[in-house]
Amino acid sequence: MSSHRKLSYSLAINEALHQMMAEDPSVFLIGQGVKSPWYVGDTAQGLLERFGTDRVIDTPVSENAMTGAAVGAALTGMRPVVVHPRVDFMFYAFDPIINEAANWYYMNGGKLPAPVVFWGIINRGGEQAAQHSQSLHGMFAQVPGLKVVMPATPYDAKGLMIAAIREPNPVVFIDDRWLYKLEEPVPEEIYEVEIGKGNVLRPGTDVTVVASSFMVQESLKASEMLVKEGINIEVIDLRTVKPLDENLILASVQKTGRLVVVDGGWRTCGLSAEVSALVSERAFGALKVPVVRITLPDCPAPASATLEKAYYRTSVDIIRAVKGII
Amino acid sequence: MLRIRLCEEAFVEPILAGEVHCPCHLYSGEEAVAVGVCAALTDRDYVFGNHRSHGHYLAKGGSMQEMVAEVFCRETGCSRGRGGSMHLIAPDVGMLGSAPIVAGTISLALGAALSSTIRRDGRVAVTFFGDGATGEGVLYECMSFAALKKLPIIFVCENNYYATHMPIRECRVEREIHEIARPFGIESRQIDGNDVLAVYDAGLHAVEKCRSGNGPVFIECLTYRYRGHVGPDDNVQGSHTDIRPREEIDLWREKDPIKRFEGYLSDQRIMTQEDLKMARAEVTREVTDAHDFARRSPLPRAEELEKYVFA
Ligand SMILES: Cc1ncc(C[n+]2csc(CCOP(=O)(O)OP(=O)(O)O)c2C)c(N)n1
Ligand SMILES: [Mg+2]
Repeated sequence: MSSHRKLSYSLAINEALHQMMAEDPSVFLIGQGVKSPWYVGDTAQGLLERFGTDRVIDTPVSENAMTGAAVGAALTGMRPVVVHPRVDFMFYAFDPIINEAANWYYMNGGKLPAPVVFWGIINRGGEQAAQHSQSLHGMFAQVPGLKVVMPATPYDAKGLMIAAIREPNPVVFIDDRWLYKLEEPVPEEIYEVEIGKGNVLRPGTDVTVVASSFMVQESLKASEMLVKEGINIEVIDLRTVKPLDENLILASVQKTGRLVVVDGGWRTCGLSAEVSALVSERAFGALKVPVVRITLPDCPAPASATLEKAYYRTSVDIIRAVKGII
Repeated sequence: MLRIRLCEEAFVEPILAGEVHCPCHLYSGEEAVAVGVCAALTDRDYVFGNHRSHGHYLAKGGSMQEMVAEVFCRETGCSRGRGGSMHLIAPDVGMLGSAPIVAGTISLALGAALSSTIRRDGRVAVTFFGDGATGEGVLYECMSFAALKKLPIIFVCENNYYATHMPIRECRVEREIHEIARPFGIESRQIDGNDVLAVYDAGLHAVEKCRSGNGPVFIECLTYRYRGHVGPDDNVQGSHTDIRPREEIDLWREKDPIKRFEGYLSDQRIMTQEDLKMARAEVTREVTDAHDFARRSPLPRAEELEKYVFA
């Protein structure tokens, strides 16, 4: 029964928060807009009414302090989830996230872990321009001491949020407003999606397509179109950006010999570069053709819709790339 | 003020019709702040704005045509369609830019003031920010350094009592924002931000202090926005951030800065009703022209996406 219950991506996150807050009194939610759907969609609905203002804290515009407070609370044994309604606002919080939380455990000889979830929402499009459109997972993934997860499906959104909250170390959880309406069956019970494990969403033999978050959905669309032409791509949903599920990627490339890496972030020194480097280091011999990357250009997000259309990548780009290498 | 008001209100229809897509934080109701402060400046002085900067840009002397074209994201816009409503710039008249990261441009104005002291060129920098920005630590860092170096910077806080869906009482215990500058030894005062002459007086005084090497100055302007946080009415548009009571909005409507100044002008026999009517007609024409200009203007071309990328 329960496995047929459908839930949207955003409500899957909401359910994870409800269940974790009910299960564990040390879990709390802090951040801007937790009581405003304008900021966080319906991901936080019902939490304030159910758990009260002690554990559901809408904050002034003070990202650095609020994020640091979450880290400090984590050091005292709480399990905070600090939400940033746009990842762009997280730049103010890079210090507590990176200098403090990511390093704390190591630089103190493993004495005190910081079990905190830094939840950042990608919110782009709609001519919002450069400061309201960014995707920063590549930057976070570069930092030792941060795990970075990016669910592409409602099932994973719930399971990864639960795993992130239960994880004893800092996790950056990045979701995407463009996925919020996506629906699929989501189990009602509590479950985890293991951090560090990717997923083959479409098995295929011709080309390996590695993607994460929203670009997984575009890859699936590409797969549907390509199948009609007899081309079978294998779609790998990374789910976790750091640590990468290296073996899953390598095994697939061993099988297909062709790799397209799709990333919703920038090109230089980003996730796509990392996946390409991994494959060239560890599966070079399996490659029949050079790796192809589909990423944002190294360009700030533009306002004008005509430029946005040229800026964001879609299934069309993936189809073209796949056809270009077979 | 009238130019700002009529220009802002002219965006309402295109936004609701889906013709303007980019987020517009309208300035209607707050005009006296930008106008009063900018009237005390010259083109050589610097201004930095925030997400709600249509008024700052126009008051500083930016071209209305280029602003409207930018809101329509056209190639002829002041940021060539790359920035939209939240990125307005007119360097020739000292409007060095606006950007929506809350408090993000305060330190840039600090830097403009710093260059003025290094070059000893007497220019003054103004940073416009909202009550919400008082939550960000960078504001306090800037005040401290500005005071330390006696920089020619005017901190103008537009206190409209709300930061998106949050009333000020949920953001801070101390509501007298102007008090935050005092511990840094910065001269600070609170004024009626809907009284353009009071703002102008405060602006003149602050500019004079800054130019004579006795900056910085902090001015808290009490004002109110008539429209939603973003767009004409964000409740109608579905985001429901406007939680303000009807009576409160009505009360502020009575303190309308334009009505008040028009009253002053006719009481003092500076302008007759007829003059005021003519002024309104003239501004209406200017706004209509600006919209025509924007609609006629080309969109940026996709091939030029990366035109201004240098790294
Ligand atoms: C760093 C950062 N955090 C959060 C936001 C989201 N945000 C946009 S406007 C705003 C509040 C602005 O309130 P205020 O400064 O009082 O200006 P007002 O809109 O009232 O003019 C917030 C929090 C942002 N743009 N930047
Ligand atoms: Mg405000």
